[in-house]
Amino acid sequence: MGKATGFIEYERAVPTERPVKDRIKDWKEFKNKFSEEAARIQGARCMECGIPFCHSGLEIGGMVSGCPVNNLIPEWNDLIYHGKWKEAVQRLLKTNNFPEFTGRVCPAPCEGSCTLGLNEPAVTIKANEYQIIERAFEEGWIRPQPPEQRSGRSAAVVGSGPAGLAAADQLNKLGHQVKVYERQDRIGGLLMYGIPNMKLDKEEVVERRLKIMEAEGVEFITGVEVGKDLSLKELKAEHDAVILAGGAAKPRDLDVPGRDAEGVHFAVDFLRENTKRVLGDDNPDYISAEGKDVIVIGGGDTGTDCAATSIRQGCKSVTQFEILPEPPKERQEDNPWPEWPKTLKVDYGQEEAEELYGSDPREFLIMTKELIKDEAGHLSGVRAVKIHWERDDEGNFKPVEETASEQIWPADLVLIAMGFLGPEETLIEDGDLAQDGRSNVKADYGDFRTNVEGVFAAGDMRRGQSLVVNAIDEGRKAAKSVDEYLNKDN
Amino acid sequence: MSFSRIPAKQGLYDPEFEHDACGMGFVSHIKGRKSHKIVEQALEVLVNLSHRGATGSEENTGDGAGILIQTPDKFLRARTAELNFELPEEGDYGVGMVFLPHDKEKRAELQAVIKEITESAGQELLGWREVPYNNEEIGQTAAETMPYFMHFFIKKSAEIDLGIEFERRLYLIRKKIENKTKKSRYKGELYIASLSSRTLVYKGMLTPEQLEGFYPDLSDPDLETGLALVHSRFSTNTFPSWERAHPNRYLIHNGEINTMLGNQNWMRAREGLFETDLFGEEISEVLPVIDLDGSDSARFDNALEFLTLSGRSLAHAVMMMIPEPWENNGQMEKQKRDFYHYHSTLMEAWDGPAAMAFTDGRQVGAVLDRNGLRPSRYYITDDELLILSSEVGVLDIPEENIVSKQRLQPGRMLLLDTEEGRIINDEELKEGIASQKPYGKWLEENLLELKDLMQADADKSEKPAEEAVNNAEYQAEFDLENIEIESKKLLKMQKSFGYTYEDLKKILIPMARDGVDPIGSMGNDASLAVFSDQPQLLYNYFKQRFAQVTNPPIDSIREKLITASKSYLGSEANLLQPNAESCRQLELEHPFLSNQKLAEIRNLDRPGFQTAELDITFSKEESDLEEVMAELFTEAEAEIEAGKNILILSDKNINGKRIAVPALLAVSGLHHHLIRKGLRTKVSIVLESGEPREVHHFSVLIGYGMDAVNPYLAYASLAEMVDQGHLELDKNTAVKKYIKAAAKGVVKVMAKMGISTVQSYRGAQIFEAIGIGEDVIDKYFTRTASRIGGIGLAEIRQESIMRHDSAFKGVKIERDTLDPGSNFSWRKDGEEHLYNPETIYLLQRAVREDNYQLYKEYAEKINDQSDKMLTLRGLLDLEYAAEPIPLKEVEPAENIMRRFKTGAMSYGSISQEAHEALAVAMNRIGGKSNTGEGGENPERYTPDQNGDLRNSAIKQVASGRFGVDSQYLVSAQEIQIKMAQGAKPGEGGQLPGKKVYPWIAETRGTTPGVGLISPPPHHDIYSIEDLAQLIHDLKNANREARINVKLVSEVGVGTVAAGVAKGKADVILISGYDGGTGASPRTSIRHAGLPWELGLAETHQTLVLNDLRDRVTLETDGKIMTGKDLAAAAMLGAEEYGFATTPLVALGCVMMRVCNKNTCPVGVATQDPELRKKFKGKAEHVVNFMRFMAENMREEMAALGFRTVDEMVGRVDRLKRERALDHWKAKGLDYSAILHRPQPKEGKKVYCQQKQDHGLEKSYDLRELLELTESALENGEKLARDLPIKNTDRVVGTILGSEITKRYGAEGLPEDTISLNFKGSAGQSFAAFLSKGVSMSIKGDANDYLAKGLSGGKVIVQKPEESAFKADQNIIIGNVALFGATSGKAYIEGTAGERFAVRNSGADAVVEGLGDHGCEYMTGGKVVVIGDVGRNFAAGMTGGTAYVLDLDGDFAEKANLEMVELENLSDTEDTAVVKKMLEEHLSYTGSDKAAEILIRWEDYEPKFVRVMPRDYRRMITAIEDFKEQGLALEDALMRAFEENAQDKARVSGN
Repeated sequence: MGKATGFIEYERAVPTERPVKDRIKDWKEFKNKFSEEAARIQGARCMECGIPFCHSGLEIGGMVSGCPVNNLIPEWNDLIYHGKWKEAVQRLLKTNNFPEFTGRVCPAPCEGSCTLGLNEPAVTIKANEYQIIERAFEEGWIRPQPPEQRSGRSAAVVGSGPAGLAAADQLNKLGHQVKVYERQDRIGGLLMYGIPNMKLDKEEVVERRLKIMEAEGVEFITGVEVGKDLSLKELKAEHDAVILAGGAAKPRDLDVPGRDAEGVHFAVDFLRENTKRVLGDDNPDYISAEGKDVIVIGGGDTGTDCAATSIRQGCKSVTQFEILPEPPKERQEDNPWPEWPKTLKVDYGQEEAEELYGSDPREFLIMTKELIKDEAGHLSGVRAVKIHWERDDEGNFKPVEETASEQIWPADLVLIAMGFLGPEETLIEDGDLAQDGRSNVKADYGDFRTNVEGVFAAGDMRRGQSLVVNAIDEGRKAAKSVDEYLNKDN
Repeated sequence: MSFSRIPAKQGLYDPEFEHDACGMGFVSHIKGRKSHKIVEQALEVLVNLSHRGATGSEENTGDGAGILIQTPDKFLRARTAELNFELPEEGDYGVGMVFLPHDKEKRAELQAVIKEITESAGQELLGWREVPYNNEEIGQTAAETMPYFMHFFIKKSAEIDLGIEFERRLYLIRKKIENKTKKSRYKGELYIASLSSRTLVYKGMLTPEQLEGFYPDLSDPDLETGLALVHSRFSTNTFPSWERAHPNRYLIHNGEINTMLGNQNWMRAREGLFETDLFGEEISEVLPVIDLDGSDSARFDNALEFLTLSGRSLAHAVMMMIPEPWENNGQMEKQKRDFYHYHSTLMEAWDGPAAMAFTDGRQVGAVLDRNGLRPSRYYITDDELLILSSEVGVLDIPEENIVSKQRLQPGRMLLLDTEEGRIINDEELKEGIASQKPYGKWLEENLLELKDLMQADADKSEKPAEEAVNNAEYQAEFDLENIEIESKKLLKMQKSFGYTYEDLKKILIPMARDGVDPIGSMGNDASLAVFSDQPQLLYNYFKQRFAQVTNPPIDSIREKLITASKSYLGSEANLLQPNAESCRQLELEHPFLSNQKLAEIRNLDRPGFQTAELDITFSKEESDLEEVMAELFTEAEAEIEAGKNILILSDKNINGKRIAVPALLAVSGLHHHLIRKGLRTKVSIVLESGEPREVHHFSVLIGYGMDAVNPYLAYASLAEMVDQGHLELDKNTAVKKYIKAAAKGVVKVMAKMGISTVQSYRGAQIFEAIGIGEDVIDKYFTRTASRIGGIGLAEIRQESIMRHDSAFKGVKIERDTLDPGSNFSWRKDGEEHLYNPETIYLLQRAVREDNYQLYKEYAEKINDQSDKMLTLRGLLDLEYAAEPIPLKEVEPAENIMRRFKTGAMSYGSISQEAHEALAVAMNRIGGKSNTGEGGENPERYTPDQNGDLRNSAIKQVASGRFGVDSQYLVSAQEIQIKMAQGAKPGEGGQLPGKKVYPWIAETRGTTPGVGLISPPPHHDIYSIEDLAQLIHDLKNANREARINVKLVSEVGVGTVAAGVAKGKADVILISGYDGGTGASPRTSIRHAGLPWELGLAETHQTLVLNDLRDRVTLETDGKIMTGKDLAAAAMLGAEEYGFATTPLVALGCVMMRVCNKNTCPVGVATQDPELRKKFKGKAEHVVNFMRFMAENMREEMAALGFRTVDEMVGRVDRLKRERALDHWKAKGLDYSAILHRPQPKEGKKVYCQQKQDHGLEKSYDLRELLELTESALENGEKLARDLPIKNTDRVVGTILGSEITKRYGAEGLPEDTISLNFKGSAGQSFAAFLSKGVSMSIKGDANDYLAKGLSGGKVIVQKPEESAFKADQNIIIGNVALFGATSGKAYIEGTAGERFAVRNSGADAVVEGLGDHGCEYMTGGKVVVIGDVGRNFAAGMTGGTAYVLDLDGDFAEKANLEMVELENLSDTEDTAVVKKMLEEHLSYTGSDKAAEILIRWEDYEPKFVRVMPRDYRRMITAIEDFKEQGLALEDALMRAFEENAQDKARVSGN
């Protein structure tokens, strides 16, 4: 099927992006779509492997390889090559409730494990997914489809991030009555406030989906924090089952002198408040980078989002600190296909900084030693050293400072984007939930049951900080487990 | 005590699967003049055929030999006179030859039974005679089971007529005696070899040489006969059996009946309708007609005897049982065609390879099967003898006395009537029989054809005539209104019947688009159905069986003329009294019904046809499928009672509440129920079901008795896919092509078993079940092998419900979309596959980084089948020793690696880089790589500078014989004969032209860009004795090499292997069904053959039982992936181990499964130069893998407490099966048969300990030729010698040739350095693989396989001067001459048998006439034919040229024009070529015909036709054009190839 020789005939191409100069002026999404023909050709490159590693969702050495929701990638690649968009979206939605999210924000482990990637550039799987789902919305194929029958049972979902939404969507489609509880003022969790608008448009994309779910009968309740405003016990009394999908919201902090300086913020707060402002709120907690020297501590995706947001806010400069070495441009021998490629990626934030300020904003192998305050307690700079990594006696890697490498970086705003430690304790304590060694709510993958009868946990709350696509996977599978639980008497 | 010691069914051994083959012959005086000389001559024939028989583990115990003669009245009269009783007139008494127990009392009782029954039948028992015997010479096992022999004499009563009526009475007496003793405690202690007033049989568990000495009667000069039939048996076992020796009562048979199970079931089913005045009430006494204790020949004999005695002539009965292929023969006269057509409505053919001679004591005749798969030649002498036998030269007759030398021809009958005193020729005979009744008229009046019906309906409509016809034709096949099912409902139905996305995309679409069963690659690594947690269709539990060794598969494409797919609906009539209305049936072209056709049948309104419909759905509330089935049976019986004769089983009623009964269960269950009730032949079973969709499904349904099918859901699915634009066809065409693919596919599945007609295949049950419990089998699939038990009806029901639920439960998007399906491609949460992302990743990293720990992780993943079961061995645990031994005490990895081999993968299917990496790696570790069937570049025979050797140690000899020449064979350490291949057993293959790159063509000795076909059978192996011959040929071609025979696991492979061991193979490979492959029909990859565990265990057990185990090495392969797999293989009986897919994975294969597309992105399975650059594999990777495997095995050995592999072999006591005892399906499995451990004879081991005795020292070459030619061999001195030869001198010249090749390479010696001129009849394989520099001529004649594999030598066969007959009207050489010849010359003054120059790739030959299938699959060389040719000339011929003198102007009708074009020689530039070849022919042979043609060349030239393969011509022209443009040859080849590759592949589908 597909085109047997497509991968020999065509080269990889990705959709264009809006020019940096234009896109930094607004908060709209920066990626363009393919033309239909371009998408078709990219679909033709898919080799329809006997073992589609892209679809596998393996975990190798703690890193994901292939699609965690097991998207039927070869099937829809073939379909778009043949121009069968409507069928493609059917095959896509079979495994993924929200391809419009993953098509935008997923780091695409599928492409890292694409077989073509063995010796050629991988197939543009993510762009194809995006193309399919957007085409479906444009054509009006995505319409509310409330379940034909209701089961008479109800489930509560705590948290409205990707895991919670996926679980809610699945349970609702199975006929159960679903209520989603969100402590923020808007539904979406990480999708709403964790990812900036230029990557995932809140009104046009996130709310588009939420409206459909609402029309299908999912009830959303905002501004209620379970464990605080409403106890888990009360929630349980109201519902036949509960899924906890509250995420891993506890950010990792930076334990250095000067942490209390004014102008030092967690990335999540910075991003959330910015999004609120973009959405028209007049929020007093808004953090502005305008005219400031910004240092983002953390070289991951959130760090990049902070950089890009700062740029759009009009910062004077932006620098991203990364404690790890600069990854190689190509795969190393100890990181073979189909492992997640540990190679240097240049994301939109870096591209923008480079174009505006002339260089990649990332500093590698750098460690923050102190946040320097002025007399008023305001942040004025960051003292940092260059490091390298060595194994200690126990064989663990440890950072070692380079001598005479210390330097003070001027800074008016520091954003800490060092990832998350695990779920917050409020709900856990309230519900008397057992935790695993990493403080996550304890539940086995597969059945997702916590130690409390009728309570399930999914997503980052169960597995710790991870990808949106993993959250969707967990939400889907937890819903299945809940469904079995709810049907156990039938 | 009984006269045979065939062991009872035990473990995996089942005597049901025993086979035999043989040599046979007869001598008869044309006028029936009796003499003792005929006995002597017949016995001489027998002795000269002894190489076609076999001996077991004891040299002096034969497999059986015997003789059938006319009642020797003179002799018997004299002997009985001595016993004091007098015989009445000749013909008025019958004599019985009976085997009785030695125990006096028992014997007396049995004699009393015989007497009593004889008398109660109104006849008189005259007396008894003890038959003398001399058992001094016979072997121990034969002696131990030897019966006591007696003659008894029955006097005809006065009211009975002489002849046939008396014979009928004697038959009745015999049947009564048999039926009575069978039911008594004397079962097995009485056997009546013959009881007749006309014939007498002497036979026993003897070698041909022993027969005469054993029965002194035979030497008595008084013993006179006018005819004598003799037979020497080659059985696949060593178990003694006196009664299985031939002759049977009416016939001797060399061959095997493939459709036996069906034939005997149908005979049984028909017995209910038997009625005849000839037997009257007593008919019930002779039933059942077929004695199931007999061999297939004996069962055939039973049926033939019965048909003859119930009113048909012998020839008539034979014509019914082995009809000519009339269906596709437009040239057959109408009357004869009508005869066959009519009789096909009475009875299906008994299909299978056969040379059969039969007699009733007055007439003696012989026939071949429809395809001529056994040799048979005859002479007529001037003193009126007719001598027929499997070979010529078996009787020493002066040439001048021979009037005619002929052969039996496929479909033709030879009949001698000794009373009329003449040979009745085939035409006259058959015309006579065919005109006895107005068969044509009967057919016209009664046989309905569906298309006529539809036409009639169309005529009735009011539309104008012409429009009605068109419309009818259009609608006849496909009515649009009826195909479609509303989309939403369609989806629900698809899901309920378990359709997957993969089914649509990878099965249905390709079938409709391409009209063929789709192709896949890389074998099967998914779970067996019984292990799968996905609901499996019942079909998936059935594995197709196939022909290997004891009979050949057939080529249903190139030899289409012998296949047929007709089916009949309606009631059968009484077989015994046929009349006009017996053929009142509805004829279908094939069993597939369009919706419109089914509607016609449903509404049939004709006398004699009444349909009824039976619903085959059930509701979940119905607790039990057994009840559902019982209801179905009751309803069916009621309908039959009510006169209905077409039952339509329909599942169209399925809906949210009702679930379909698996169609196969319904069909087969009903079929068997009706057989048991004696009602089966009164009705036809038509299936209307949404369930079947693949070729395999249809095959199983037909195999279990379905008459016709309407797979409506497949049609509807296609229609929808047309709407959706997945198929760029109109709906009618899509369905039409789908049906075509399905029908063709079924024919191909049958052909794998060597069955050529659908009618004979129906109900023949050519399947083995795996994972189905005994209760289900016994009741619904009676007599199907199912050796490890498995699921019951409850699980079958559960699977149906699971499918149904998937359509009606769950999330909407999931309900509304088909599941991906993952039989071919891996899918998460789908079918489990051994190769999956994890195992591939781990293995590749492990071998690249030389990391044993990673390997162990990989092995752990494969071995751990605790929650996901895949393989039979996965459920086996090793029983570790209480105290393991230290690892260092286990034999080193180096030793173990010598037992390792890589699989046969041809250069052509995989790239040069991959092929050589494997060879280098295996040579480094002392293992063996395998060339595969594509030949090998001789450059690889010398080591590289770094010491690496790219020469594959194993040279494969497959059916295509590509690149198989003397040098190739001489360069081998082991020569492997591929009888079957795991991925597609019973099939050939093809390399499409666009993959025949110049370098591939060179290695294969063919032309670039021209497609190559490997035939399904080896055309020199149609039987076990043929295989023994090829083993012998190859051993001659390379005396140092071990000969390895590759078989594929299936039920009965053990007995085949025992036969192969007796045929002197050194190594036997039992390959698993799951093997990898470059390309194979998906049907075959998944559904043909069995896992190696079963085949290996069966083989090991059978060899031990036969006391043959210690003379062969047993090897196995098929997804052996870990040390534990190796340990299990050893303990199940294997000493050597093969790997194919896994080493490829080590080299970079990532299971793309696109090998067939030439687009392998890692450069492994591609020839594309660009893609080959992507190959990253290294020999080291393979070495690492092999070492890991060996080390891993050592660890297992240490834990088990074994120091050496040898001591592990066969230790099934250390395997246990405890796991999965709670799995919902696997819990029913019973491994006890696999783990059965027969004990070897005392002092014998169960691994190879002794070398086979190939008897090469007896060969002509070693006896004389090497010595004679020493000076030529050593110094190239020219010499010529005159020598005598006879038919027992086989493979003459081959050893000499091999010595030349060893010394001088492929170049050989200068032409005619050695000239050997023989006189006499040459044995088989004369001049096989003969090297350049040797010329061998024969004055006389030659048997089969003359000059096979000719490698540059020259062969001349001449008519002796003293012969009186005309060369071009007499046969001078046997079948399959020049098979696989690569170069050299042959001049044959006379005609050749069937299949002359098949797969010739470079030899030039002149012949004066030939039989059927000449030049089939030829790829090169030139053949000039100056006499008649048989049918199907040039089928599958893709290269070379043939020139045929077409004097009668009918050549075009005989040629198969699918691939070749005919043109007048005079229009070509080849006149000089032909003339020159004829001049040479004249000068070598003195041919009268050549002389005549050359003298009158102007008259003859216009009658020569040139036969030119189209693709070949195109390529040759293109190459010449590029050369003319100034390109060097190499570049010209490449340019021409590339240009050609732009076009579509030219070879038609397989």
